[in-house]
Amino acid sequence: MSKQLLKGNVALAEAAIRAGCEAYFGYPITPQTELLEHMARRMIELNRVFLQAESEVAAINMVYGAAVAGTKVMTSSSSPGISLMQEGFSYIAGSNVPVVVIDVMRGGPGLGNIQPSQSDYNQITKSAGHGDFHPIVLAPATVQEAIDLTVLAFDLAETYRTLVIVAADGAIGQMMEPAELPPMRPKREKRPFWALTGAAGRPKNVITSLYLGADNLEALNNQIQDKLALIQGHEVRYDCYRMEDADSVLVAFGTAARVAQTAVDHLRQEGFPVGLLRPITLWPFPERPLRELAQQVDTLLVVEMNAGQMFHDVKEVVGDQAEVYFTGRTGGAIPTPDEIERVVHGLYNYYLDPDYSPVGVLA
Amino acid sequence: MISEKVVYERPVALSVNRTHYCPGCTHGTAHRLVAETIDELNIRERTILVASVGCSVFAYDYFDVDACEAPHGRAPAMATGIKRVSPDNIVFTYQGDGDLASIGIGEAIHAASRGENITIIFINNAVYGMTGGQMAPTSLIGQKTTSSPLGRDPKLSGTPLHIAELMAGLPGVAYSVRRSLHDARHVIQAKKAIRLAFEAQMQHLGFSLVELLSTCPTNWGVAPGEACDWVREEMIPVYPLGDFKVAEPLRARSQRGGQ
Ligand SMILES: Cc1ncc(C[n+]2csc(CCOP(=O)(O)OP(=O)(O)O)c2C)c(N)n1
Ligand code: SF4
Repeated sequence: MSKQLLKGNVALAEAAIRAGCEAYFGYPITPQTELLEHMARRMIELNRVFLQAESEVAAINMVYGAAVAGTKVMTSSSSPGISLMQEGFSYIAGSNVPVVVIDVMRGGPGLGNIQPSQSDYNQITKSAGHGDFHPIVLAPATVQEAIDLTVLAFDLAETYRTLVIVAADGAIGQMMEPAELPPMRPKREKRPFWALTGAAGRPKNVITSLYLGADNLEALNNQIQDKLALIQGHEVRYDCYRMEDADSVLVAFGTAARVAQTAVDHLRQEGFPVGLLRPITLWPFPERPLRELAQQVDTLLVVEMNAGQMFHDVKEVVGDQAEVYFTGRTGGAIPTPDEIERVVHGLYNYYLDPDYSPVGVLA
Repeated sequence: MISEKVVYERPVALSVNRTHYCPGCTHGTAHRLVAETIDELNIRERTILVASVGCSVFAYDYFDVDACEAPHGRAPAMATGIKRVSPDNIVFTYQGDGDLASIGIGEAIHAASRGENITIIFINNAVYGMTGGQMAPTSLIGQKTTSSPLGRDPKLSGTPLHIAELMAGLPGVAYSVRRSLHDARHVIQAKKAIRLAFEAQMQHLGFSLVELLSTCPTNWGVAPGEACDWVREEMIPVYPLGDFKVAEPLRARSQRGGQ
């Protein structure tokens, strides 16, 4: 298959279809609407299940239903809708069923706006619902990667029987780029053994997140924690750019990482030895590579399209090993390479002249 | 020779399990009626139960069918997800009046409005049972509950919600009736309605709902016998029994609700 010019949202939808998505339930919200609209046409065409739900609350519970029935199922939304789905996420986590969710993030809080943002970082990596769990969170930086990570999301969801969130943003959802779609996977014929299919010739299957008694619920929690540890051990993904001889490193994901990469190129041309570490899995967070990196470089600058959410994770991992700074934009603004470069210049000046106060940098 | 004939036994669709329901609670009666129906229609091996949040949350322990447990009020959405991907399964929810008529009214109405081919067994006991007898949207005017200690005041909290009638107004609904579980005659009528509701689904006629007036002696603060009297004397005048929507193919066998 060859490359074609694809819009991010359409690419995400078509990638899900080719990865074997059997059912989609969703509710319209900008900037992910084209995703739902592509599903509306294609899923019906392919004789699969598409349903526009009455709300995100209903959508995620329809997804939960299709998941307990053992189908590959997904929904998509954007930040306010993701907030509404959190109750469902928690039940999905508490009952160990595979689900894929695509979050095309927009600016918040409140109704915010429909511009690209990364302000869901905390709510999807850390507080995706009540109780102790984390979804796997995959953050694409290009349309091609959005496709690849969506396919991976379905596989990880099945392997670990877990919730996987593809965290794109409005820029990735709306941009057009040349990308290659994977071939269509053949239809899966059999439902998994644990699924609710009717208790014919076997004892009944029950899927619940209710465990009365502290011992029972603690056993479930221990099992979930073991699973999360396994995921942390096996599924960390990240990308390094121009790390050779770097003494300062930018840390950024998704759209912010694309801008940071351009800034790195410019800074390198100017002679500043700067690299980029790009987490691809936001959870599990690339702790080990970051810790190792912190031993080699002096300064880390976290660049985000929020007020500094991943910044705290970087800071916690790095500790006193290196200086960690943050720069970012909120409200749906995307930082420019120029803005990032100015901050990096400031940091280098600061080292030459301790009286220099770096502008726009939060320590 | 003494010949023995079994006239009453545990339905196969009920698990061998002791329920946690209070003495005099008609949740158990409703379970039995549903289980008998599943047996009679020979659908146990393809039935999926969506249990809800309320006293019946453990229904999945009592029915010997594949089952799951939905978030509070979301059972019709979960049932929709299941039915859409598994149209050959028989899917039913079992929900209380806090679950369906309050927090889950949106999911219930939209499932009905889509004509979702599922069955809802709706238990109206005029209170939130599990959380200790708070007011429900179905509580009667003047009814004292733990959250309406002076009695339900319509100026403050509105008036009882009539779910069976409300659903009947939606074209997607094939069957919407109200029955009561307060005495043997009404239990038999309830059983017939439950059977028709499942048959509606088996015949792909659309959404079906049976509202069952049910007792909660514990939270009403009365003995089981008095609870049955309260259903007859207080609830039925507010919640008339009857058939509010019966799709044409079922009409010949519907009973006009009984009294
Ligand atoms: C989101 C959420 N809110 C509140 C509760 C607490 N809660 C548990 S059961 C219940 C009421 C159930 O009442 P009803 O549906 O009438 O069923 P019954 O117990 O009377 O059979 C409530 C409010 C909950 N579990 N989840
Ligand atoms: S509290 Fe009420 S509804 Fe719940 S089991 Fe007891 S009697 Fe039944």
